[in-house]
Amino acid sequence: MISTNRTLSGSSQSPRSPSSQPPYLSVSVSDPVKLGNGVQAYISYRVITKIVIRRYSDFIWLRDRLFEKYKGIFIPPLPEKSAVEKFRFSAEFIEMRRQALDIFVNRIASHHALQQSEDLRTFLQADEEDVQSKVSDVVLGKEKPVEESDPEYEKLKHYIFELENHLAEAQKHAYRLVKRHRELGQSLSDFGKAVKLLGACEGNSLGKAFSELGAKSEILSIKLQKEAHQLLMNFEEPLKDYVRAVQSIKATITERANAFRRQCELAETIKLKEINLNKLSLIRSDKVGEAEMEYNELKAESEEATRLFESIVRLMNEELVHFQERKTLDMGIAFNEFARGQARLANGIADAWRSLLPKLEACSSS
Amino acid sequence: MMGSENEGFEEAHLYASREEMENLVLDDPLNNNGNDNNNNSNNNSNSSINGKSYSAYRSAMSSLSDTHHPLSSPILVTSAESDPLLSPPRFRDLRNPNAPESSYIEPPAYSDVIFCPFEGDNVSDVNGVESPSRNSDFSGRYSRSPSSSSSSSSSEYLKITVSNPQKEQENSNSIVPGGNTYVTYLISTRTNIPDFGGSEFGVRRRFRDVVTLSDRLSESYRGLFIPPRPDKSVVESQVMQKQEFVEQRRVALEKYLRRLAAHPVIRRSDELKVFLQVQGKLPLPTTTDVASRMLDGAVKLPKQLMGESTVLAPHEVVQPAKGGRDLLRLFKELKQSMANDWIGSKPAVVEEDKEFLEKKERVNDLELQLSNASQQQDMGETLGELGLAFIKLTKFENEEAVFNSQRVRAADMKGFATAAVKASRFYRELNAQTVKHLDMLHEYLGLMLAVHNAFTDRSSALLTVQTLLSDLSSLESKAEKLEAASSKIFGGDKSRVRKIDELKDTIRVTEDAKNVAIREYERIKENNRTELERLDRERKADFLTMLKGFVLNQVGYAEKISNVWAKVAEETSGYEKESS
Repeated sequence: MISTNRTLSGSSQSPRSPSSQPPYLSVSVSDPVKLGNGVQAYISYRVITKIVIRRYSDFIWLRDRLFEKYKGIFIPPLPEKSAVEKFRFSAEFIEMRRQALDIFVNRIASHHALQQSEDLRTFLQADEEDVQSKVSDVVLGKEKPVEESDPEYEKLKHYIFELENHLAEAQKHAYRLVKRHRELGQSLSDFGKAVKLLGACEGNSLGKAFSELGAKSEILSIKLQKEAHQLLMNFEEPLKDYVRAVQSIKATITERANAFRRQCELAETIKLKEINLNKLSLIRSDKVGEAEMEYNELKAESEEATRLFESIVRLMNEELVHFQERKTLDMGIAFNEFARGQARLANGIADAWRSLLPKLEACSSS
Repeated sequence: MMGSENEGFEEAHLYASREEMENLVLDDPLNNNGNDNNNNSNNNSNSSINGKSYSAYRSAMSSLSDTHHPLSSPILVTSAESDPLLSPPRFRDLRNPNAPESSYIEPPAYSDVIFCPFEGDNVSDVNGVESPSRNSDFSGRYSRSPSSSSSSSSSEYLKITVSNPQKEQENSNSIVPGGNTYVTYLISTRTNIPDFGGSEFGVRRRFRDVVTLSDRLSESYRGLFIPPRPDKSVVESQVMQKQEFVEQRRVALEKYLRRLAAHPVIRRSDELKVFLQVQGKLPLPTTTDVASRMLDGAVKLPKQLMGESTVLAPHEVVQPAKGGRDLLRLFKELKQSMANDWIGSKPAVVEEDKEFLEKKERVNDLELQLSNASQQQDMGETLGELGLAFIKLTKFENEEAVFNSQRVRAADMKGFATAAVKASRFYRELNAQTVKHLDMLHEYLGLMLAVHNAFTDRSSALLTVQTLLSDLSSLESKAEKLEAASSKIFGGDKSRVRKIDELKDTIRVTEDAKNVAIREYERIKENNRTELERLDRERKADFLTMLKGFVLNQVGYAEKISNVWAKVAEETSGYEKESS
């Protein structure tokens, strides 16, 4: 099983994100292990602060709790639940998920607001029996909220929805590119074998050249497979992560719309209640007291709703700044990794073929 | 078209077409290196290559030929209309003089040198690697290698071009109005070989004439590796679009005639000369003329079965028994070959055949693998699409930017996307080159068929000899018996004596035929041998050329691609992860 162990302490924040307190938590997610049998099988991960064992649905629980409690904040995204049974336990998939979960927990731990969360503490420290593992998928509303008339906010919403499309397309091609690398690697391997066979029946220096050619092809095939893996982990995965992050923002947008709607509804209701109250007090009804109580309750609720909405708006704005900065950083890293990997691969290819030339020369002169 | 797109990157349409997108990116002034030609529609035809089989190879070849007029100069032209997919960039301009970064002297890299050995004048030495032999007359397609023309006397040339297909009417006395139409092609020849008595000439021929030529050559030059002619492909002519079919055939004919011209013996043949030069009707006996002897054969058979005139005339011996013509001979030789099998005496020719067949298998396999390896086409395409997706993203972020971090990201993306598109072009160029190498392998495979035929000539000639030998021995024993019988009768047996005399005549004729057959067999054997030697020599040279070209291409393009990404890595080095 893969046992890579990545520890990210919150201090890996770039100098660009200003308002992060020094974290008091250092977390790592590692050691994925398959447990259970058949339908009930799952992967468990070591979450090390204190060492606890958690499964994927536990991470979902945490995210859901945070999502409910911290409206307006962009909750870090989780990697997808995969629907395909077989794929769930493939080594690569496990590794990708492990990495994403590690990032997830660390992002929470390094977020100035989220790191205070009780639920996080529970997640990190409680013994297994205490953690509720409710599998509840958050339904991401796709409906565009209609009511707010803030033009800048409209622009933002449009931006977010468009962005998701663009990113999804880029990610699609990135994944295909990974496949191409694998395919090319396979072809080169087959090619190498075929050439070697040809070399075997040629004999003499030409045959040797063929054999060399075959050997080099096989070496290159391996390099290609390696690069495919690198691309998957260091380029395609960050892109997928980006997509998920945008989806998380969409969820927040929905929350904001809900809060706004509630606020409006309450405002409407209060107006009616006020009118009614006035009417009642005018006719000196004995229901005035009751109505007044209701009215005050509603008023409190309405103020609460307004406060909630406003806090969502405020938090969203703050989060947006961080989000953009974070993504620039993440993409910069991804591009850098990509470029270095490709350059490395190309150099390897050039070297391998170049070394063949003197042997070919030797053939023609003999 | 290139210059007109040179507006600011941000100003272009959000939904510009793919070609426009690519042009926009590459018109980056700091990275202008001469090969920013418009990717024309051949983009699509190349992407139809699935790199899996001969048909894929074929479609690649036909797409290459689409853009290349056979009479024009070598594929690697410099005009702006040339398809960048076919012509490698002009490397002499590769290092951009405007680039401020190139402040140090790099060692000569392969990427700076032309590395297509197919091109006549552009091959140069790379670090002491010698360029393959050049043939300055070598035009257009890479058919039979340059080295083969240089192996024969290098001052001779015989250049054939097939062009200008035209529909013509068969002016026969057919009842059907409109008559029978067929296509003729203009066969133009340029040569300095004195035998031809002229240096430039042209004739019109139809496909049937080519079949005739091919048949006559096979008869006259048994034992030689005669390039096989293009298929009749009756089915295809119905299925394909007329124009496509005619073009495909034209290409195939040209290839075939050029291969004939490259063969040191056949280029001198009367048959070829007559085909290339004589105006009007082709003065070679057509296969129908020959087949009319089938009627003679059918008439002969009953007589032969009755025991009359079984004699095999010497001149007939020179040709293998063909169905229709020599039914009896055919039966006899068949009987003989079965006898051979029974005894287990396989002629030595069969072993050599098997070895060649094995090699053919290998080369077949190699070609398949090579075409798979040329999947770099797919790599290029996907990389290009990735680049385009990021170009769109860049524009999007720039247009919608609220925060500065977005603009920074957009700039990073642009650098990345530009590199991806560039690298994608390189992959596709590389692939186009590799397809040419495949062509060479395919020539070799086509030759295998010719070799097989040549070996078949030999074995059938041998069979003729063996049959005659056994004929002779049975005739002679018959004669002995008759003589023994007649000597017992006093005064002789008039009828028997007559029979003996006849038999002795037959024996003499058969003896002559046998000698002719043996000579023919030996001649064919010798042809086989010299051809094998020639093949060995040329093949080795060809293979080496191909390999070197293939390898040089890989190296050169890998270097270019590496440079592209090294630049991006440099530009994004600020983001480098501490832990790697």
